[in-house]
Amino acid sequence: MTTSPQTDASLDAGTVKLHADRITVKFGGLVAVNDVSFTIPGQSVVSLIGPNGAGKTTFFNVLTGLYRATSGRVVLGETDITNLVPHRIAALGMARTFQNIRLFGLMTAEENVKVAMHSKLHSGPFHTIVRTPRQRREERKAQEMARELLEFVGIGKVANEYARNLSYGDQRRLEVARALALEPSILLLDEPTAGMNPQESGRFTQFVHRVRDEKDLSVLLIEHDMSVVMQVSDRITVLDRGEKIAEGSPDDIRSDTRVIEAYLGKSGRDKTT
Amino acid sequence: MVSDVPSRARRMPGLAIPHRMRWPLGYTAAAVLVFLAYYYVIPNLGAGGQTFFRNWLPLTSINEALVWVICALGLNIVVGYAGLLDLGFVAFWALGGYTAGWLMSGFFHQVKIHIFGGATATVPGIHISFWLVLLIGAGFCALWGVIIGAPTLRLKSDYLALVTLGFGEIIPQVFTNGDNIGGFNLTNGSKGITPVDPIGIGSTRLGPFDLVWKYLIFVLIAAVVVFITLRLRDGRLGRAWLAIREDELAASMMGVPLMRTKLSAYAVGAVAGGLAGVAFATHVGGVLPDRFNFSISITLLAMVVLGGMGNVWGVMLGALVLAWVNSTGLPQFGSSFNEEFGTNINFPSYNFLLFGGILVLMMLFRREGILPESRTRLVLHEPSRTDMESLGADMEAPAPELDESASLKTAIAEGPVIADETGTGTGMGEKV
Ligand SMILES: Nc1ncnc2c1ncn2[C@@H]1O[C@H](COP(=O)(O)OP(=O)(O)O)[C@@H](O)[C@H]1O
Ligand SMILES: [Mg+2]
Repeated sequence: MTTSPQTDASLDAGTVKLHADRITVKFGGLVAVNDVSFTIPGQSVVSLIGPNGAGKTTFFNVLTGLYRATSGRVVLGETDITNLVPHRIAALGMARTFQNIRLFGLMTAEENVKVAMHSKLHSGPFHTIVRTPRQRREERKAQEMARELLEFVGIGKVANEYARNLSYGDQRRLEVARALALEPSILLLDEPTAGMNPQESGRFTQFVHRVRDEKDLSVLLIEHDMSVVMQVSDRITVLDRGEKIAEGSPDDIRSDTRVIEAYLGKSGRDKTT
Repeated sequence: MVSDVPSRARRMPGLAIPHRMRWPLGYTAAAVLVFLAYYYVIPNLGAGGQTFFRNWLPLTSINEALVWVICALGLNIVVGYAGLLDLGFVAFWALGGYTAGWLMSGFFHQVKIHIFGGATATVPGIHISFWLVLLIGAGFCALWGVIIGAPTLRLKSDYLALVTLGFGEIIPQVFTNGDNIGGFNLTNGSKGITPVDPIGIGSTRLGPFDLVWKYLIFVLIAAVVVFITLRLRDGRLGRAWLAIREDELAASMMGVPLMRTKLSAYAVGAVAGGLAGVAFATHVGGVLPDRFNFSISITLLAMVVLGGMGNVWGVMLGALVLAWVNSTGLPQFGSSFNEEFGTNINFPSYNFLLFGGILVLMMLFRREGILPESRTRLVLHEPSRTDMESLGADMEAPAPELDESASLKTAIAEGPVIADETGTGTGMGEKV
């Protein structure tokens, strides 16, 4: 709907940032993700939708290295990350937020963000104990960057509060700030508008576009609020029971009979988790 | 004693001491006061005063308490910062002690190595300077921290606790039975290694009665450990430790290598354990394997818990108090009690009961410890904002499902293959 011609152009011209090739994930007998291929172009917003239990979060977990795919390959930029451990994948520029917020509760908002700079900082124990000029410079820069990111997501005022004491909305924002501290090329957001009111969800759409443009990254979004999905996405992929049943622009998806069936045919207006 | 000074310094109005200088100054002031008390004041007291201090606060009990402080600060890094429950920390104390035993005595009489040692150059054995042995003991323990940690840190917390418990039992056993390893006497068995050389400062050697000087040296070592702890806490590594304590899975998703970070907590903690071991060997002038039993690990844990996990000053205070109760307070109280009431109760034998009781009571009534870190107090006494919200407080948006994240620590059921550090995969039944 609001997909501008300009983003369409960048979609075509942009290089592929992430390529997931024929991913299958089995939990015992249950096939949670079945042979799903998928690409994310540069500077784009791609949404992953589907009913509850379709395998969306599982797919995220494969991309971030938390689950190992039963078969298939994931390539981030030029690097094959299929068999890399999570912290390596994160350092290569794949950042995520969690469906259920997972912050470091007893650390301040600022420290939460700094934790995600771990792979960018290099001062070892010796430099930290002695506080060498190099270490102090590095810490100062980290501090500045953390403050900037907190301002960017709009919670600069609570930088020194413990994460667990922030309001729910601020915790969601802090998760994004923390993820951005990885300087990612792909930002995975797992149901970021859960618990937001319609107004907040509306602002969220602008926020996602601002992140995409200012931080020069692509966003992969799991989202249930269809109005958000339709407004924010350059492209949508639909999963149902582990299978990819449709893929295309918001307009394509809106009129796709299989999608309508998947959503309405079985459980009606079931809002999924 | 030493530890409550920084908070007092903070409260002093009108004294513009830069924040970062506060604890070193307060610490030094307290240390010097105690030193002066034992060097000048107490020896010049009347007979009654001298007896009182000799009975209730002998300098040797302060020295021993300082050794406990050093070791407890090491355990604090592992348990308080990184959140890894270690029930066998005595292993590092023992390893440090035996390092001193080997390198500062005539035990290896086959050789004759002297490096600034505290013995005449003609005697056989290995006689290396106390200061060098401190470094060697620290390094040796760090190495063992990694050796013990590498296979065990992969385990989830409950299992880690059990395995460390095992190591804490095995290592003293090895020392007890190590007098005949293929014909080689490594540890002198249950007799231990005595005597250990005195500490040398320049050409002076500290004899058994130079307690004030030993006191100063132990205070210095404790200060170094405090310094290292606080500095690391404020840097990249300290943040990673806390992040792992708070949410291991989220930490790894933010680029924190779990194994490496946990191993480093183990290694740094072990360094403090090693320093304590070397210091203790010179404190008692030898090493005996039966000193290093399970109760030491539990006492150390009680010190960390009593003081407030993660808080350096709290842990220090906890260690000083418990060590004093153990070495002096309880026996003295016991003999006074028995004298007064004509009973014959062996009070010191109840120390384990006492510490266990303290652990239980602290857990029930004051989990944040006597000097809690502000963050710990937060968790334990104020409901978190999201908790309040989920209870219906009207603050902002509702907060669904926030507590599910806590399940990671306990989730070990069979499940999907989750990639771990080496990529071998562990079963972990958690949805993320
Ligand atoms: N760790 C796990 N162990 C077993 N089954 C799982 C696990 N994670 C997800 N599943 C199953 O995989 C399917 C897809 O789940 P999920 O990816 O969370 O769905 P979505 O995020 O689309 O709602 C569900 O049937 C779910 O029960
Ligand atoms: Mg999900």
